[in-house]
Amino acid sequence: MKVKAKSLDHIATFLLTTIAVLIIGVLVLMVGYILTKGYDKFTFDFLTSPPNISEAGGGIGPQLFNSFYLLVLTMIIALPLGVGAGIYMAEYAPNNKFTQYIRISIEVLSSLPSIVIGLFGLLVFVTMTGWGYTLLSGALALTVFNLPLLVRITEDALRNVPPSQKEASLALGISKWKTITSVMLPAALPGIITGSILASGRVFGEAAALLFTAGMSSPDLNFNTFDLNGPTSPLNPFRPAETLAVHIWKVNSEGLTPDARDVADGAAAILVLAVLLFNLFARWFGTWIYNKITSGARR
Amino acid sequence: MLVNEAQQTVIKTTDLSVYYGEKQALKQIHMDIERNSVTAFIGPSGCGKSTFLRSLNRMNELIPNCRVEGSIQIDGIEVNTDSVPIEGLRKTVGMVFQRANPFFKSIYENIAFAPRFHGMKNKGDLDHLVEQSLRKAALWDEVKDRLHDSALALSGGQQQRLCIARTIATDPAVLLLDEPASALDPISTLKIEELIVELKDEYTIVIVTHNLHQAARISNQTAFFLMGELVEMGNTSNLFTSPQDKRTEDYISGKFG
Repeated sequence: MKVKAKSLDHIATFLLTTIAVLIIGVLVLMVGYILTKGYDKFTFDFLTSPPNISEAGGGIGPQLFNSFYLLVLTMIIALPLGVGAGIYMAEYAPNNKFTQYIRISIEVLSSLPSIVIGLFGLLVFVTMTGWGYTLLSGALALTVFNLPLLVRITEDALRNVPPSQKEASLALGISKWKTITSVMLPAALPGIITGSILASGRVFGEAAALLFTAGMSSPDLNFNTFDLNGPTSPLNPFRPAETLAVHIWKVNSEGLTPDARDVADGAAAILVLAVLLFNLFARWFGTWIYNKITSGARR
Repeated sequence: MLVNEAQQTVIKTTDLSVYYGEKQALKQIHMDIERNSVTAFIGPSGCGKSTFLRSLNRMNELIPNCRVEGSIQIDGIEVNTDSVPIEGLRKTVGMVFQRANPFFKSIYENIAFAPRFHGMKNKGDLDHLVEQSLRKAALWDEVKDRLHDSALALSGGQQQRLCIARTIATDPAVLLLDEPASALDPISTLKIEELIVELKDEYTIVIVTHNLHQAARISNQTAFFLMGELVEMGNTSNLFTSPQDKRTEDYISGKFG
C-alpha cells in the first residue's frame, strides 16, 4: 500500500513537472522566435520614423506612440469607472434582484467578442457622436472592453481585505467612505494593480475592437508640438490612431512594400518587448506605491 | 459629549434586547457601569456577553438582520438611536478586538489616522498625541525608533497594545475590550492586564473575558451572563467568593462552561 502511494506520488510529480516544462518551453520558444525574427528591426530609426506605404524602410514611430497614448486615455476613463463600480458592488450594493441583474450584465459584457465591441463602438462612439475614427472612440471602446474585468477585480480585491480592518476603522468612529478610501483600498491595492496590468495588456494587444473605432491609419505625428488640436499633434484625442497591434494586422494582410513581412516581424517583436517592459514597470510602480501607503506592510 | 464628573454611572442600559433575525440573543438587560472602574463580563461561549459589548458602540449594526431594542445611556445621553451620530459615539466609546488588527500602515499612521479624521490637522499636535498614546499603552520605549515602520512587523502583544494606543488616541471615555488577551502568550497577557489596571484611572473599562482568573485579577465588578440573560452582577471579590445564584456558583467552580 505504502509503496503504491509513493510510486503514484512519483508519477504525478513527474507528469506535472513535464507539463510545466512543456508550457514554459513553448513560451520561451515563441518569444525567442518572435524576438529573433524581428531583431533586425531593433533600430532607433525603425522605432521613430513613420511607416512608408509604397517603399521599403518605413518605421512604426506613430503606432508605438499611439499604443501607449491609447492605453493612458483608456485607463483615465476606465479606472475610475471600474474601481468605482467595484466599490459599489463590494460595499454598497444590497443583496437583491437588481444587484444580481447587474452582476449578470457584467458577466455577459465580459464574454462579448471584441469585434462585436468594435462594431458597437463604430455605431456609438464613431457614427452617433460624429467624431469619426478617433483615439477617444478607441479609448471608449476599450473601456467597454475592460470595464467588466476592472469591476470584478476591484470587487474581489476589496472582499479579500480582512473584515477586521474595516471593523477596526469603523470602531474608531471613521466614516464608511473614509474607511473604504483610506483603509480598504490601500489594502486591496496589490489586487487592483494586478488587474490593471492585465487590462493594460489587453489594450496593447487588442486589434479587433480598434479597427473601426481608432481607425487603421495614423497621421505622421509631429512630436514638436503639445497642441491638443492640430491634425498631426500627438496628444490630440480627436485624430485617427492606428496602434501597433492594428498595424501588424494591416501590414500582414495588405502591406504593399517589399519589406512588409520584415516590418510586421519587427513590429511584433517591439510589441512583445513593450508589453514586457510595461508589465515590469507597472509592477515596480505598484509595489512602490503600496509600500509608500502602507509602510511596507506584507500580508 | 459633555462628561459630568460627579455622575458615578457612565453606562446605563435599560431593557436592552438584541435579536439576530428571529433569535433573541440578549434578554432585557439592565446594567449600570461605574466610572473609572474595570467591569468584567464572564460566561460560556454564546451567552451574549460579546453581543452586549458590541451593542454599546453600536457595532452590531454591521451585522445584517440584527436588531437592538431598549435603552443605552452614556453619561445620561440616549445613544441607541439614529439621531446620535455614530462617528461621535464610537469616538467616545472605543473598542479593542480579540485579535489585534492594526491597519496596513506605519505605527505612527495607525495612531494618527483617527484623530486626523476627527479634526486634528496640526503635525506637532499629532506627533505629541502619538507619543502620549504610545506611552499610555506602555509601548513607546519599544517603538520610538521605528515609528514609520509597518505596524505589522510588531509582535502579537505589541500589536494589541498598539490597538489600545490607537483607541486611546481618540480620547474616549469608555474602553470596550473584547477578549483582548485571548490570542496572546502569558507574558504579553500580563502586560495587557497591567495596562488595563493603569488605564482605569482615566477610562471606564469593560472587558469580556473567558479567563476567570483574569476577571478576578483585574476587575472591580463582574457580570455573569448565561443564555442571553444577566444572571448576576456585583463586586468581583463578592461574586467569586459568595455568588448569590446557583448557576454562577456552578460556572465559577468549573461545573460547566
